[in-house]
Amino acid sequence: MAFALILFPILMAALAAALPSNRFRPWLIPVTGAVHFALTVFALARPDLTAGSVWLVLDPFGKIILLTVSTLFFFCSFYAAGYLRHCAGHPNRAFCFCFMAFLGLMSLVTWSHHLGLTWVAIEATTLATAPLIYFERTPRSIEATWKYMMVCSVGIALGLLGTFFLAYSSLHAGLESTLTLEGLLKHAPQLSKPWLHAAFLLLLVGYGTKMGLAPMHTWLPDAHSEAPSPVSAMLSGALLPCAFLSILRMYHICAAAGDVAFVSRPLLWMGLFSMGVACVFLVGQRDFKRMLAYSSVEHMGILAMGLGIGATALFGTLLHVLVHGLTKGMLFFSAGNIYHAYGSKSTEQVSGAMRRVPLSGTLFLVGFFAITGSPPFGPFISEFSILNGAFDAGRYVTGGLFLFLLLVVFIGMGATVLKVVQGRASFEARSRPYRDTFLSSAPIVGLLLLVLLLGVYIPAPITALIRDAVLFLEGQP
Amino acid sequence: MTNLLNSILVIVLMLNLFALGTIRIVSVIRTVAIQGALLGLLPLLLHERFSPVIALTVVTSIALKGIAIPGMMIRALRDVKIKREVEPLIGLQTSVILGALGTVFALLFADRLPLAAHHTGALIVPAAIATVLVGFILLITRFKAISQVMGYLVLENGIFIFGMLLVEAMPFVVEMGVLLDLFVGIFVICIIVNQINQAFSSTDTRRLISLKE
Repeated sequence: MAFALILFPILMAALAAALPSNRFRPWLIPVTGAVHFALTVFALARPDLTAGSVWLVLDPFGKIILLTVSTLFFFCSFYAAGYLRHCAGHPNRAFCFCFMAFLGLMSLVTWSHHLGLTWVAIEATTLATAPLIYFERTPRSIEATWKYMMVCSVGIALGLLGTFFLAYSSLHAGLESTLTLEGLLKHAPQLSKPWLHAAFLLLLVGYGTKMGLAPMHTWLPDAHSEAPSPVSAMLSGALLPCAFLSILRMYHICAAAGDVAFVSRPLLWMGLFSMGVACVFLVGQRDFKRMLAYSSVEHMGILAMGLGIGATALFGTLLHVLVHGLTKGMLFFSAGNIYHAYGSKSTEQVSGAMRRVPLSGTLFLVGFFAITGSPPFGPFISEFSILNGAFDAGRYVTGGLFLFLLLVVFIGMGATVLKVVQGRASFEARSRPYRDTFLSSAPIVGLLLLVLLLGVYIPAPITALIRDAVLFLEGQP
Repeated sequence: MTNLLNSILVIVLMLNLFALGTIRIVSVIRTVAIQGALLGLLPLLLHERFSPVIALTVVTSIALKGIAIPGMMIRALRDVKIKREVEPLIGLQTSVILGALGTVFALLFADRLPLAAHHTGALIVPAAIATVLVGFILLITRFKAISQVMGYLVLENGIFIFGMLLVEAMPFVVEMGVLLDLFVGIFVICIIVNQINQAFSSTDTRRLISLKE
């Protein structure tokens, strides 16, 4: 099963690279997305199908992230096919190849139970996504790609050093040196403390860079705003959670070693700081794709903070991974449509999206309400549950700050979003040929229905999945 | 054995400072190449028995760190026809002093980390931390894209030194992964350096400011 999920997208990527037709090649992406999604559902339904190796195991955390990645990619694949048809002039061989290979690598991250392998997979996602960000070949996208490569490579280098430190912490304790999660969890209490703590901090900074936690988030707004919209959606909704999964694994090891008190403080601080930084840049933001990027920084901050609060907020945090991914996909898709309709991302040129592209404009507005945690959408449930967790754990200051920052984000984003959707479109914008099509809007409606469903009623299998994960973290198999 | 190992590590530390203090980019590339080749020899010293895996690690790391990557960088330097000076953000002397302070800090900090019995006495941990810090100084204080890539290479060298503690205990997959990623990463960065050059007619990252807030 593991091999099918990881190798199938990579095989399809190779096929895309071999296919000569620029017109038919993009259709391989929806095929890959649909098959991958079916395989994921099958893998979740049949937990007895293992890879037969300690290196590739699908644990409850991996299941949640895999479900997020695969669902988002499924919708994204149709949108991407529409996007590539819209820019038919560009050669899309590199895009199709990298996009599908990217899916395979993210599946590898979710299955990997060997921290060295996880590291290799995360580094490989950096390489696979760099050409995607660079797709439009404007000077601005070159700049974004350069920053992305440089900042993430340094972050990932620190992640490797942290992985080495972790391996040494078992070597120093006189245990057999291992990087498999089973081995580390079994011997967690005996691991050498100074090395374990140093490893946690290095991994938090290293993978935190990839995850977009402030102050290492500097690559994120550029990469997310300059990349094509399907890529931005995958980066924000799927890749950042993969980096979060690596931090979650490290947290798990530290928790098993009895060090929750040590690790939760940096997580809490970093989470709140990320939310604060995102607020500062969200207020008065003129570029609406950049606004979505800073919103990702904010939500990654929420995830880090939720993990820092610990046991009581875990359910909400893990649910938030899923709902954030789906909602952000919806927002990036509709923002992409608005961008195509106006040829600009700045609120100085863009107004009246509700009239110019009625469906995308409306969905953009609805997506804004969803992502800022208004009922009845999914993020409301997860954020409320995290807030509850904070108060249950007696962290009143954290909870209060969280509420305040959410309010600032709502006001800041609201101002930008309303400028985009209200008013009248300029003559220049009305004369552009772009119209909403089935391929460009159906995926958004699909995501909206899912987000709404998760807000009104969480299906029993998903609740069970998240409860399993919480129990898994608390040490019960 | 520890004496020879420590002498090599001291040379590596001195090369760090030399890379910080030199004005010509070509000299920085050569310094980092010598450093990489020296580091490639380390697995031979740390292993009691000689095995094919170790031989492979040594040969590939010398070939990549000592020859292939510096060669590519020198070619990139020739192709893009930029000024040959490094143009640091802070003076060269200041960066050397910062590097020396970083080395002292690394020596003090490494004392606080406990080592397994057969690793005591070796300078591996302080040398690794110091090299990582110097890599950071190079990355932060240089404007030219190529100089920044050299900073990244020094950073990777530091991590490679730390990997020496694990060379006996861990399967070689991790080390191979390091080298492979190093290679591919630099390869991609090189391509982008060329693209930056075409688009901005300069490899000065100070020109990359259109995405500022």
